[in-house]
Amino acid sequence: MLMQELRRSALASYGVAERSFRLVKRYLGWEVVWLVYSAVSTLTIGLIGVSASRAGGGEAAAGQNLTLYLVIGALLWNYLSVLFQEVSNAVAWERWEGTIEYTFMAPIHRLVYLAGNSLFGLGYALLRTILIFGIAALWFDMDLSRANWGAALLVLVSSSLSFMGLGLVAAVLPLLSPEKGPQATYIIQGLLLLVAGVYYPVDVLPEWLQPIAAINPATHTLDGIRAALMEGAGVAEVMPWVLKLLLTGVLLVPLGLWVFQVGEQYAMRTGRLKRNG
Amino acid sequence: MSDGSKPGDRLADRGNRTVLALEVENIVKRFADDSEPVPLWQRLLGRRPRQVAAVRGVSFQVPEGEIFGILGPNGSGKSTLIRVIATLLLPDEGTVRIFGHDVVRERTAVRQLINRVSVEAAFFKKLSAMENLMYAARLYGLPVKEATARAGAILDRLGLPRKKRVIPLEELSRGQQQKVAIARALMTNPRLLLLDEPTTGLDPKSKREVQDFILEAQREHGATVILTSHDMEEAERLCQRVAFMDEGRFVALGTPGELKAQFGAHPEQSLEAVFLACTGKGLGEEAGPDRVLEEVSA
Repeated sequence: MLMQELRRSALASYGVAERSFRLVKRYLGWEVVWLVYSAVSTLTIGLIGVSASRAGGGEAAAGQNLTLYLVIGALLWNYLSVLFQEVSNAVAWERWEGTIEYTFMAPIHRLVYLAGNSLFGLGYALLRTILIFGIAALWFDMDLSRANWGAALLVLVSSSLSFMGLGLVAAVLPLLSPEKGPQATYIIQGLLLLVAGVYYPVDVLPEWLQPIAAINPATHTLDGIRAALMEGAGVAEVMPWVLKLLLTGVLLVPLGLWVFQVGEQYAMRTGRLKRNG
Repeated sequence: MSDGSKPGDRLADRGNRTVLALEVENIVKRFADDSEPVPLWQRLLGRRPRQVAAVRGVSFQVPEGEIFGILGPNGSGKSTLIRVIATLLLPDEGTVRIFGHDVVRERTAVRQLINRVSVEAAFFKKLSAMENLMYAARLYGLPVKEATARAGAILDRLGLPRKKRVIPLEELSRGQQQKVAIARALMTNPRLLLLDEPTTGLDPKSKREVQDFILEAQREHGATVILTSHDMEEAERLCQRVAFMDEGRFVALGTPGELKAQFGAHPEQSLEAVFLACTGKGLGEEAGPDRVLEEVSA
């Protein structure tokens, strides 16, 4: 009975992810636009590294390192923002399509629906990031000879749980305010990445922001992946970051789900899912 | 009805073993009055927005297998009531039970028993009918193959050409989209089907086809149907009993014949005339907020 229920829930989550992939296919033109935009943005940031190292007259290796440092920041920005957006915009998307009431009437736990969106967000963000990384790797002369790919992937996957949790917290905003909610999620996303040292070490941030950076999962993700790709840190060496990220994720996912459920109850009480007649 | 029987005949056959599909007791639903928003600083000082009641103490019961109509002008509270029954709105007062399950405390159990067709076709418009149906099948835990075969049979019956099922729904007419919505709802074999103005905006032929199909579905599957409409002809054709809803209240309830007799209408007269006699309003009148919504607090 339990196995049957789990299987049914897994298939429902898969159904949500499958629907999102089908929508991506239908909006393929826009997908190409976003891919080109993100790739160009990554290349321009990488080129800042190239020109800065030339202007400084430093060694080629230092220049390569700076470029890699910036490109990793740009790729992580892309990955985490896509993942966060896909999870947090799930409700906004349903509102836009007018399907929110139908979906929310389905006899599934809300976690099943949100897990499907997260599953899609994870796959989609990963795919896009790999494509952009491929373009950046062809463009720049980056030294990846010491990169430990397994450790980097471990950090990335561990960070996803935290960002899903944050996405769930943000997903409630479009539920509460159809117009202002989606706008607020973009502000949250921007602030998360600003306070993460995306293109700089966090110690250049104002002192009052640094405690926030210390608890920001994006900071640990960037530090862990840079260590794995630039310094060849192995699984054991990135474990402190992985553990911090998993711990944050274990706290944030239930918190996100709880916030979402409180928000949904509020929307059902005040008629914010939809109201007419 | 091809066999000339009314849905109610089935109920009568059951004798005393009537199962209640829906029990609604004294439902009240209020909303904040959006026309007079309270600024944030005033809210922080404790000023609450004015509350207005969209549904005011509605009670009724529907036995299994009946098609029950809720009729009223736009803004009378029909859709709010349907949303409460559909677990999409929490009532402020009162209870709703579907086959004995409370819609607030046993939401998942209720959701397994119901489905809804709303006035606006709620679809991912860039996806095809079949893609939308597959998504619905997954959400309802149906094997995709079986569900699409079932939905395909329903769409065949409703006359939606096969080539129209694989193109984006936004390229279908409103009538065709509504047929897909009905197929999606019936695919899950709901015991209680909520039809919120399912034929509004359809051309006469599509309207007739959808109405025929509702009767057929009720006859063959025994589903209980709650239908909201402001089309009195449709209600008279489909429903055994109808309730007139006005300003958030049920102002009359009975079979079409009973209502006509109660308000002194000739049996050949339409329910529209009965509604006018009952409320002093025509169904085409849009209910304004000053009429519909009762101020309950300031």
